[in-house]
Amino acid sequence: MKYLYYPGCSLRSTGRAYEESLLSVLKVLDIPFEELNDWNCCGATSYVSIDETDAFALAARNLALAELQSPDGTINLIAPCSACFLVLLKTERYLESYPDVREKINSTLDKAGLHYHGRVNVRHPLDVFVNDYGLENITKRVKYPLKGLKVASYYGCQMVRPFKTFDHSHYPETMDRLVKVLGAEPVDWPLKTRCCGGSLTGTIQEAGLRLNRLLLKEAEKRGADIMLTCCPLCQHNLECYQERINRKFDEKINIPVAFFTQLMGVALGLSEKELGMQRLFKMPSLKQITHPKGEMANAW
Amino acid sequence: MHGNGHNGTVRIGFYICHCGHNIASIVDVKAVSEYIKSLSGVVISCEYKYMCSDPGQELIQKDIKEHSLNRIIVASCSPLLHEHTFRTAVEKGGLNPYYFQMVNIREDVSWVHTDMKAATEKAKDLSRAAVQRVFHHKSLETKHVKIHPDVLIVGGGIAGIHAALTLANAGKKVYLIERNPTIGGHMAMFDKTFPTLDCAACILTPKMSQVKNHPNIILWTYSEVAKVDGYVGNYKISIRRKPRYVNEELCVGCMDCIEKCVYKEGKTPDEFNVGLSKRKPIYIPFPQATPQIVVIDRETCIEFKSGRCKKTCVEACDRKAIDFKQKEEIKEIEVGTIILTTGYQTFDASRVPFYGYGKYPNVYTSLEVERLVNASGPTGGELILRDGRHPKTVGIIHCVGSRDKNTNRWCSRTCCMYSLKLAHLLKEHTDAEVYNFYIDIRAAGKSYEEFYDKLLDENVHFIRGRVAEVSDWAVRPSEEGKLIIRAEDTLIGIVRRVPVDMVVLAVGMEPQADSQDVRRMFNISCSTEGFFLERHPKLAPVDTFTDGIFIAGACQGPKDIPDSVAQAGAAAAQALILIDSGEIELEPNTAYVVQNECSGCRTCLTICPFTAISRDEAKQKAFINEALCKGCGTCVAACPSGAIKQNLFEDEMIFSEIDGLLKMESPACC
Repeated sequence: MKYLYYPGCSLRSTGRAYEESLLSVLKVLDIPFEELNDWNCCGATSYVSIDETDAFALAARNLALAELQSPDGTINLIAPCSACFLVLLKTERYLESYPDVREKINSTLDKAGLHYHGRVNVRHPLDVFVNDYGLENITKRVKYPLKGLKVASYYGCQMVRPFKTFDHSHYPETMDRLVKVLGAEPVDWPLKTRCCGGSLTGTIQEAGLRLNRLLLKEAEKRGADIMLTCCPLCQHNLECYQERINRKFDEKINIPVAFFTQLMGVALGLSEKELGMQRLFKMPSLKQITHPKGEMANAW
Repeated sequence: MHGNGHNGTVRIGFYICHCGHNIASIVDVKAVSEYIKSLSGVVISCEYKYMCSDPGQELIQKDIKEHSLNRIIVASCSPLLHEHTFRTAVEKGGLNPYYFQMVNIREDVSWVHTDMKAATEKAKDLSRAAVQRVFHHKSLETKHVKIHPDVLIVGGGIAGIHAALTLANAGKKVYLIERNPTIGGHMAMFDKTFPTLDCAACILTPKMSQVKNHPNIILWTYSEVAKVDGYVGNYKISIRRKPRYVNEELCVGCMDCIEKCVYKEGKTPDEFNVGLSKRKPIYIPFPQATPQIVVIDRETCIEFKSGRCKKTCVEACDRKAIDFKQKEEIKEIEVGTIILTTGYQTFDASRVPFYGYGKYPNVYTSLEVERLVNASGPTGGELILRDGRHPKTVGIIHCVGSRDKNTNRWCSRTCCMYSLKLAHLLKEHTDAEVYNFYIDIRAAGKSYEEFYDKLLDENVHFIRGRVAEVSDWAVRPSEEGKLIIRAEDTLIGIVRRVPVDMVVLAVGMEPQADSQDVRRMFNISCSTEGFFLERHPKLAPVDTFTDGIFIAGACQGPKDIPDSVAQAGAAAAQALILIDSGEIELEPNTAYVVQNECSGCRTCLTICPFTAISRDEAKQKAFINEALCKGCGTCVAACPSGAIKQNLFEDEMIFSEIDGLLKMESPACC
């Protein structure tokens, strides 16, 4: 089964490390994929809240393009950014459930010579790795088990809500299960789907910083060495504002925040460059990992 | 004999009912009546305000005699309501009741349409269809089957116990089957009962021993129904009696064997204490278990696992009651009626992971707390938490697995009241501060609201709002080491964080895990949520769609003890009606096989949902048991050689009816 890959804008900007690590991991696991041709902006959460129909049309163009690219059968479209994942998923579900919406959107797409027939399954890469490729197969490919590393998995909100797809809406565990087969130790904490503030850090910054502070402090308090995310905006918020939070609230927060695909890559034996490690602000100390060439340990 | 068959001239009487304004306000009944009068075969056509009234029925009887009518049609409400009424009237008038036909112009016409002209046309079409149909009606005989006087009751909770005692006291022989080693059900596990706060065991255990000692009750515990055959009045049941490995005749329940078991301490979670304590492989569920007979659990007993146990239990028993060679036994019984009282299961709280059950040791389910506060419970009634502490603050979360579209949508009806009761008991035992987090307090029952008032006076806190989460996420020093309940207090519009030592989840009531298997075995229906379906939600609450099978208690839907007992009494009364009338009348709308045309292909055997069809292997033909046939018509449609016909639904009747609807003259009536 070949996957189609929808990068979205974040993975080409703030979340480049996510794309680099994701593609490297897909390649090393021999999971076949190709990028969606001529994809466009998903519209993110902002467009949906202004005009739902227009937003659906924008997102549905990507779904119709996917059908054009894969003429037969069901298409698994990987959307790594949580916002893209949610918007594309919502469009897919609405077009399936509401014939009047489908008709309206298709009449718009028709003008551009496109049509959506309902063959696309929007998938998050976490779901693909854990449920399609399988934890057992990942275990077999792990070269450097991340022994002793304590990981706080942070899922954010959009991947699990409001649609229930591959995990529980309030207490997901897929990333924790993945972390375990990588040899690390998942930290149990109750804030794994609590809001990171989203775009608040750029608008009402005080509110945004307050939310991030709660998450970071609790992860540290529970003994996590690193926080893992599956969304470029969550990663950006949690990683980049630590200094500002410390100044504002008189804290001493200092915890690395990486993409789950980066940690996967480390365990699978990929190089620093392949995983975009140099793009992180904070490097986790991974003395426990003994790489034969010493390369990885130094990188971290 | 009721006369007037197919040979003579057909003389139809047609009656259209106003049903007050129900029909007459939308259908021009006069126009319909006049139109029908013009059709061939119709001798009388008239309208009347209430056909179901005594004068209405007498009108039919009078006309049958005066005008020698031999077909009667009434256009009124649904046959479900009054078909029986009119058939009886027709029979009193001296005509075979199956010459009667009913047209539903209320539910199918006046109640669902607003355009009078169109509605009147539809009423005419339906009536004309009936006129053409009755030409083909035949005289049919009602059949009767005898009712075996014995009753099977499945499930020995409070509903089963009450139904068994009611029937036994009325002199009927009852088989009470319970799959656990003891009867008593959930009620035996409860501490006190709301709103009177009398002890559950004190009011239940006398009834349990009455069951054990009643000469008319045969009690088989540790037993399950394996097979159900037959039909109303004549059920043949196989009961699987699981081996206890203890001879029931010999054991007196002295428990010496339990004491002497090679296990010095229990190792297996004790079912009766919901896993809060451990039991040995040889055990009695609780002190008042009925029957008071020991049972050996072969899954955990060393003798069964290795065959090399010292068998100290055998040595300890001076009555030689322990028998490791005991085998499963199948008992065959015959009964006429069955009452299902199979109860419910509590909602699995780990399905709501954000309430932390199974993760935080001090989160309990309500059923666990019942045991925890009980004097014969795992802690002797002392409220010690799993981490050894005594709680100073307790939060009770209502509607866990109820009124929630992510889990179960229904209200479990008992949780509000038992939460109030537990709040009272927790305060009594510990003097803790108790917080109730509720959506609505549903205290609808005799003296229930007063009990709620009493709790308010006892300074129990009530916070209206569904709880978002229970966590150990402390943000203030005062919250360290506590469980924090986060909920929106919808009465004052703020989000509250309440740190507590103990959380009680008021878990809802669900159908038993195997309710679908039981449903199939007894050939009854379930409602969408999986509870057994009653024949009518208001007027036949303990009947099922299968004659002779009744339901009572929480297997029909969540209910408390008083309601379960009331239903159990009702189910017993329904069974008594059948038993004491001695026989039951069967609808003659059954299917029959035209023997010459049957090829013996077995198609009908596999599709009959009531297992009413068998195959006569000597003749190689299908045979339909009229007592089992419900007249669904599936076999009639499926038979490839058209060899199966159905009374009241013969091809010519249906086709004439269709012709009538399409305004085509049917050949027979011209």
